[in-house]
Amino acid sequence: MKVIFQLILKRIGLSLITLFIVSAVVFFIANLLPGDAAQEMLGQSATPEAVAALRDAYGLNDPPLTRYAKWLGGLVTGDAGTSLANSRPVSELISSRLSQSLLLAGLTAVIAVPFAMVLGIVAAMHSGRRIDKIMNIATLTMVAVPEFLLATIFVLVFAVELNWLPSLSYIPSDAGLYDYFRAFALPVATLCIVLSAQMARMTRAAVLEQLSQPYVEMALLKGSPLSRAVLRHALPNAVGPIVNAVALSLSYLLGGVVIVEVIFNYPGVASLMVDAVTNRDMPLLQACAMLFCTGYLILVLIADLAAILANPKLRTGG
Amino acid sequence: MHNNKIDAALRGHHSGSRRALLKSLGAAGLVTAASGLALPAHVLAQLSDESTTANQAGGKPKHGGRIRVATTSMSTKDTLDPAKASLSTDYVRIYMFYSGLTQFNRELGADPALAETIETEDQQNWHFTLRSGVTFHNGKSLTPQDVVYSLLRHKDPAVTSRAAPIAAQFQEVVVTGPNTLRITLNAPNADLPVMLASANFCIVADGTTDFTQTANGTGPYQQKEFSAGVRTIGVRNPNFWKPGKPYLDEVELVGIADESSRVNALLSGDIQMALAVNPRSTKRVKRSGTCDVLQTESSLYTNLIMRQDGYPTSNPDFVLAVKYMMNRELIKRALFRGYATIANDHPVAPSHKYFNHELPQRPYDIDRAKFHLKKAGMSGIRVPVFASPAAEGSVDMAALLQLSGIEAGMHFGINRVPSDGYWSNHWMKHPLGFGNINPRVSLDELFSLFYKSDAPWNESGWQNAQFDELLIAARGEGDEIKRKQMYWDMQELIADKCGVSIPVFMNLIDGYDKRVKGFYPIPTGGLMGYSFAEHVWLDA
Repeated sequence: MKVIFQLILKRIGLSLITLFIVSAVVFFIANLLPGDAAQEMLGQSATPEAVAALRDAYGLNDPPLTRYAKWLGGLVTGDAGTSLANSRPVSELISSRLSQSLLLAGLTAVIAVPFAMVLGIVAAMHSGRRIDKIMNIATLTMVAVPEFLLATIFVLVFAVELNWLPSLSYIPSDAGLYDYFRAFALPVATLCIVLSAQMARMTRAAVLEQLSQPYVEMALLKGSPLSRAVLRHALPNAVGPIVNAVALSLSYLLGGVVIVEVIFNYPGVASLMVDAVTNRDMPLLQACAMLFCTGYLILVLIADLAAILANPKLRTGG
Repeated sequence: MHNNKIDAALRGHHSGSRRALLKSLGAAGLVTAASGLALPAHVLAQLSDESTTANQAGGKPKHGGRIRVATTSMSTKDTLDPAKASLSTDYVRIYMFYSGLTQFNRELGADPALAETIETEDQQNWHFTLRSGVTFHNGKSLTPQDVVYSLLRHKDPAVTSRAAPIAAQFQEVVVTGPNTLRITLNAPNADLPVMLASANFCIVADGTTDFTQTANGTGPYQQKEFSAGVRTIGVRNPNFWKPGKPYLDEVELVGIADESSRVNALLSGDIQMALAVNPRSTKRVKRSGTCDVLQTESSLYTNLIMRQDGYPTSNPDFVLAVKYMMNRELIKRALFRGYATIANDHPVAPSHKYFNHELPQRPYDIDRAKFHLKKAGMSGIRVPVFASPAAEGSVDMAALLQLSGIEAGMHFGINRVPSDGYWSNHWMKHPLGFGNINPRVSLDELFSLFYKSDAPWNESGWQNAQFDELLIAARGEGDEIKRKQMYWDMQELIADKCGVSIPVFMNLIDGYDKRVKGFYPIPTGGLMGYSFAEHVWLDA
């Protein structure tokens, strides 16, 4: 166990360094964007005097290094700053959206992960047979189909033509369970299909690789049924790559689902970040980028830990 | 005032508002009289706002119901501050929660709103009497001091008002009595009532500085929820100053940026009204049976800018050559599927009461383009033109221009640049580029902002002393006939000499559920000039 704690501490330290580097990269790349918040705020009707006045008010006239130091200082003390676009605290803006994003991501993960596992394992067990081939074609197709196409087809079929489900993912203030189901059905279905296809392929590959190992052959020769050989012997060894694939897919749910958020008008963090980019709202943009990066690092850490815990060889630190 | 307005609407022979008016009269069973144009003015004047809309929709307004409405954009920049309102969603939200001193009507005039009477003798000193008994949503009574505060805050640079250039004309705004106030302008401007109808000049309570959470206005709806970038919900204001209005219990406003999502949401019944339907989608909407589209002839345009301080665009013959290369019919047909109005290289739309309909329409004429190119000594030159999706339709317009250019013996190289940052980095910065100008009712405002020699957004850098003189003179001209003649002359100057080419005006298309009644075009913008919430009702 001690090994694991050491590992966690080491990883957290490395993560902090990574985050620091990311903060610098994000800040300076964001500042390379043409135009600034003052110009975007005033838009087409920006006069030089108005832009200058607004820049002054936003503190955009300070040199970049001063602004970076100020921002980083605030971030370390838990103050992510104030949004330039609507002068509300960034933390407030993000927290309201983050819960929405986590809800969507959570629902999708709960459905997609087990579904993908089962698909992948079944395909691996029947490798080369018809069921495997069908699954192969299906998952490859789904990986190739862009999610906006899938989402739009879903909307056209289930919302516009059949009128079973709403086309917008909208939760009324007095929503019951049924409202939640209706609101989430289409976006979750879209994301599940896109994600499970990838995860199922990774699972299949990882399990198949183990199945070709001598120890599985040995288990089979000793009379163990295929299902037992797969679940008891091969799967624990395949957990590492599988969990990694799952972690990568899930990190995508946090920041990469902007297209699904746009199509279903779902108020998540990804569209918040896109807003921040178009408004040149740097404090918000930087906070979002840091948030996504943190989420990604946490997921990867969890994936690594899971791989270690599942593997006795790694677990004992051997 | 009523007589003038309607008269103006009927006079314009190409007038869109005339057509719209006739349609509504037809529904009212007055078509014979109206088509003969012999209807006595007093009969027309009696057709109040209420009765025309009721008759047009074939029913009496009903109370109750809730609708959800989608505009085109929504972001953390959404605001409850009238001074900062800059996009369609903001305008709709502001008109839901606030009222102005005046408001636009369908003939593009300004009707008194919070102001009961507006009087002036010299177009410079304006006397307003406020409607009595108007209250803000928090119960406070409307006083002249609220108006003074609301108008003067635009002059404070810290407010970053979108209307600051217009407010610069206010020399003095003072309370003159318990219910009266006076606005004194720097110089006469007969368009003041029209300018005050814009969303930016809506009235807020005296001393309000924080607009981040709550809107305290005198408008038809009270704020129930406002979440920037997510949604705005308004509930019926029972104390609204127009008796009986508004009709709906609740209006929810969302922004759906993706056009196909917006149309899908309309067709699946998730929203009841949608701003800005693409001409491509109109067939789908109409075919549904439950929804329809409403076309508004606006003065929104995308224009080609030819900088007068750049090469080769400073050459007047080059400018004329390009104006003859504009294939307006094709642009209207191919780019906008007919949902556009041919323009004549000046920014006044045919529906405007000051539209100069005697100015000959500039044709698509490659021979004349060749002639002017030759005269300028520029046959065979290559010129880059900057286009961007930010200026709607400009990329396709540039492509059509490129084709005409080849026929006329020159080459346009198209530089397509991204929308993001277009207005600050490219607009007005290249000899040849595109702009996109929103409708403005007041020609004075439009000309002062975009065409006067020292205008802040003089897109082509055009300097014309005669134009400037006419513009200033028209502001103080009380005589309607003389004023109109001045605006006619200014249109001619722009069309012939200015470095902009305006091929078409884009019509605005809104989609709506047929159960929504009382919906008619107000040409200042889509969704009844963004003020639908006050007017529509639900027949369910």
